[in-house]
Amino acid sequence: MSTPATRTLAPRLSAALAIFVVMAAVPPLALALDDPFLMVIASRMLVFAIAALSLDLILGYGAMVSFGHAAYLGIGAYAVALGARWGVTDLLAQILLGMGMSAAFATVTGAISLRTRGVYFIMITLAFAQMAYFFFVAQSSLGGDDGVALQARSTLLGLPLEGDQTLYYTILGALVAIYAGLYRLTLSRFGRVLKGTRENALRMQAIGYRPFRYQLVAYVIAACLCSVAGVLLANLTEYVSPAYMSWHRSGELIVMLVFGGIGTLTGAVAGALVAVGLEELLAVFSEHWRLGFGLILVLVVLFSPDGLTGLMRRLGLRAPGLRNDGEGRGDD
Amino acid sequence: MFNLFLLQLLNGAQFGILLFLVAAGLTLVFGIMDFINLAHGVLYMVGAYLMATFAGMTGSYWFGLALALPATLVFGLVLEFLVFRRLYDRSHLDQVLATFGLILMLSEGVKILWGSAPLNVDMPALLSGSVPLAGPLQYPVYRIAVIAAGLASAVGLWALINHTRAGMLLRAGASNRPMVAALGVDISRLFMLVFAGGAMLAGFAGAIVAPILSVDPGMGESILILTFVVIVIGGVGSIRGAFLAAILVGVVDTVGRTFGPIWLRMVMDPAAASQTGRMVAPMLVYLLMAAVLFWSPTGLFGRKGAK
Amino acid sequence: MNRTKLGAALMLSVAMAPAMSAAETLKIGILTTTSGPPAVLGEHARDGALLAAEQLGMVGGMETEILVVDAEGKPDVAAQKARELVERDEVDFVIGPIFSNVMGAIAGPVTESAFLLSPNAGPSVFAGEGCDPNLFVVAYQNDQMPTVIAKHMNDEGIGDAFILAPNYQAGKDSLNGFKSVFEGTVTSELYVQLGQLDYQAELAQIAAMQPSAVYAFLPGGMGVNFVKQYDQAGLKSIPLMTAFTVDETTLPAEQDAALGMLSGTNWSPSLDVPESLAFVEAFEAKYDYVPALYAAGGYDAMMLIDSAVKKVGSLDDMDALRAALEEADFASVRGKFSFSPNHFPIQNFYLAEAVQREDGKYATQIVETVWEDYADTYVDQCKM
Repeated sequence: MSTPATRTLAPRLSAALAIFVVMAAVPPLALALDDPFLMVIASRMLVFAIAALSLDLILGYGAMVSFGHAAYLGIGAYAVALGARWGVTDLLAQILLGMGMSAAFATVTGAISLRTRGVYFIMITLAFAQMAYFFFVAQSSLGGDDGVALQARSTLLGLPLEGDQTLYYTILGALVAIYAGLYRLTLSRFGRVLKGTRENALRMQAIGYRPFRYQLVAYVIAACLCSVAGVLLANLTEYVSPAYMSWHRSGELIVMLVFGGIGTLTGAVAGALVAVGLEELLAVFSEHWRLGFGLILVLVVLFSPDGLTGLMRRLGLRAPGLRNDGEGRGDD
Repeated sequence: MFNLFLLQLLNGAQFGILLFLVAAGLTLVFGIMDFINLAHGVLYMVGAYLMATFAGMTGSYWFGLALALPATLVFGLVLEFLVFRRLYDRSHLDQVLATFGLILMLSEGVKILWGSAPLNVDMPALLSGSVPLAGPLQYPVYRIAVIAAGLASAVGLWALINHTRAGMLLRAGASNRPMVAALGVDISRLFMLVFAGGAMLAGFAGAIVAPILSVDPGMGESILILTFVVIVIGGVGSIRGAFLAAILVGVVDTVGRTFGPIWLRMVMDPAAASQTGRMVAPMLVYLLMAAVLFWSPTGLFGRKGAK
Repeated sequence: MNRTKLGAALMLSVAMAPAMSAAETLKIGILTTTSGPPAVLGEHARDGALLAAEQLGMVGGMETEILVVDAEGKPDVAAQKARELVERDEVDFVIGPIFSNVMGAIAGPVTESAFLLSPNAGPSVFAGEGCDPNLFVVAYQNDQMPTVIAKHMNDEGIGDAFILAPNYQAGKDSLNGFKSVFEGTVTSELYVQLGQLDYQAELAQIAAMQPSAVYAFLPGGMGVNFVKQYDQAGLKSIPLMTAFTVDETTLPAEQDAALGMLSGTNWSPSLDVPESLAFVEAFEAKYDYVPALYAAGGYDAMMLIDSAVKKVGSLDDMDALRAALEEADFASVRGKFSFSPNHFPIQNFYLAEAVQREDGKYATQIVETVWEDYADTYVDQCKM
């Protein structure tokens, strides 16, 4: 666990950079292959990468396994629907609205949830997410469980987000910015306290920190960042529905993250890209794609303890680099 | 009105016992082996499907049940051998990921084998029909049998864990595994037995609810979350807690959704009351769980500092 | 994205292609939820549509390519796959979906450049303000089914009814639809939870109130649970009439518990129309299960495409195709069939009873015609 930050820094960052460069090349590649659709699939991958990344802050670094993280995806999406209704069409304004709503919800529910630990934390976050879900199901003016179609995409600084390419680079930009921000954050004093709390909360208390505050702040930050993914998802599908915040979705976010490897940020991005891509790929072959997808998940766990990052390490790629400094540790 | 209230209490308790049957195996596996098994709901579904198959083949509910139970036991053992025993020492997150994968695989497998249309299990003639309660109110005999089966399972489990040598080893193995192993007890065999027992309990629950509930590929998922709610409220690993929590969830859910709107109308105007009622009713069990965990962060009977 | 090329139909069309020298290829996407728990409705619709394509060989007289895609029951996934069908695969028609939240997500992307034919209803907004020139609902409008039961209760002189539905938009619409026609008193209006398993509490209320009849809208597994428990509670002396609760997708599990129960429908396998009887026979021979109204919807959607494309003879002129679709000049398994100006059907509605057929299988059987040439009530709100 006490891997010096300097040693993990370079390879982990360069792996992420490589991913971002490849993803940035997708639109021209899609154009060259005359398959604009690659871009739409890739957009989805990036949106979920943002959501998984935000979850990594609390799950990977803070050992807070939230089973209700999709609630913030949904709240972000509804911020777009509500914003459009109130005449707020600018993407940044909608992101602020989504963050504000998420921060309010996360502060209250986080403060209550953090009284519990381990599986009790998992379940209480689920409970709050379910409440948010049923709240939106009951809102007839927003279409209830049928959801509501958006009239148009948001605008960015007055310019419409028309065309898949514009939206794609907007999402990619958001992902890179959030990755960079979280990277800085995890290396800061705040991040070190958070990690210290994960390892030994008592010791942190003994040396004068109040873990609760740090954990709550991390929980609220993660919620706000996830709502950004929600705002972008709503723009991508031009549709908002409570299905975005069902418990299945929360489970899928955990799966993406653990699949990629927790506590590395890069693993979260890789996990989301591969999980969404795999779903797309397998569905091409058979309607029973869930069988193959499930099998892959089981095999990855059985044979590669730290997810994809662990697998890459074992295959000798980036030898000591992509270190999972959580050591596959869960909520213990 | 008072009679109806009593009856709804009974209904709630009965639904709770149904939940307890499923939750019992999960809380055991979770509490003793510290293993989060999301695939528990799938085992419950497999039990129901095997029941439907065997009852259909033999034409008898009882033969079906007699075949379905060992079949789910074997199924549980095979899963334990192939997958689960490799996961006991792993982190909770690895367990979540692997068992989530199993849910996908097994649900799809069930769909391939049995199709996605729901199946039927006939009720045994002996237990069909209903007994009159007060006035026009009747109560199905089969549900009385389910209550009896649930109570018997609860008592049996409690006795097994607290008053037998195997139970003692289980409790010891759960709190200090290396020590028990050092004393010459084969822990891995013990765990295998616990897991197989848990699988059979889930299968048993699936098999006996098959005549009342729909046997379809979604049945495992629809009960999984409720089951987790129950064991978390009760405190992980506690049979007594699971039992009380199951009854509590059943009663709050049933009485809340029937009497909630009536009580709300006493304090609000009718339109607002019905709107609020519609929004709050599905949240009730989650509100209950959040409230319990707020006052008692490890559930009603959870060990302090337990995971 | 399951690019299952329809084996027989495609081979047939390839074999015949040179002779017909068909220059164009007709591309049709079928987008329904066929994985996960609620797959059964989507499978009915898909199988119905595929059967029609197989029988036709060349749909619309053209070489046909059919792309079967799984909506996965997730609106965002479905929206993406709909765009994929329309933008990448450039399909001319999409048949789907089943669930209204998926409908909301795919209607926009599909109708931009292709026709969307729904084998099941969409939310009422698509019949009214949200109607679209390129959207055709081949099935029915949701509110129509409960009115069948309400009308029947009026005809029978039933003075009071207990009604219940799940607590979500479609459930609310269903009960409102019922109340708009029912002339008696509604003694109790209950909303149960979506996905509720145990109905003992509701059944106790019904038993305590002893209404003259019960109307329930509880689709899928909820319906199976309710109908079985209704029977077990010994309540069958009170008639239970339903919509979307007792049909060929749930009867395999309800079996005897549902026998004799009445439901409102626009089609049943027993419907005495030659096309329908032939369809049911072919369907059961091929798939070995009894088709429900979703299968009929899928079959009719494919037949409608066939008629329109044959009439126009080309795929370039969307306006001509739309006009041809509006004529609905095809042999529907529902007999008489035409479209309202909002592209929702005008058709008969029936009261159907659950029966066990001679071969032991369970199905619905038509008892009487309740509405003739019945159009929905939202048509005035549709401006197009």
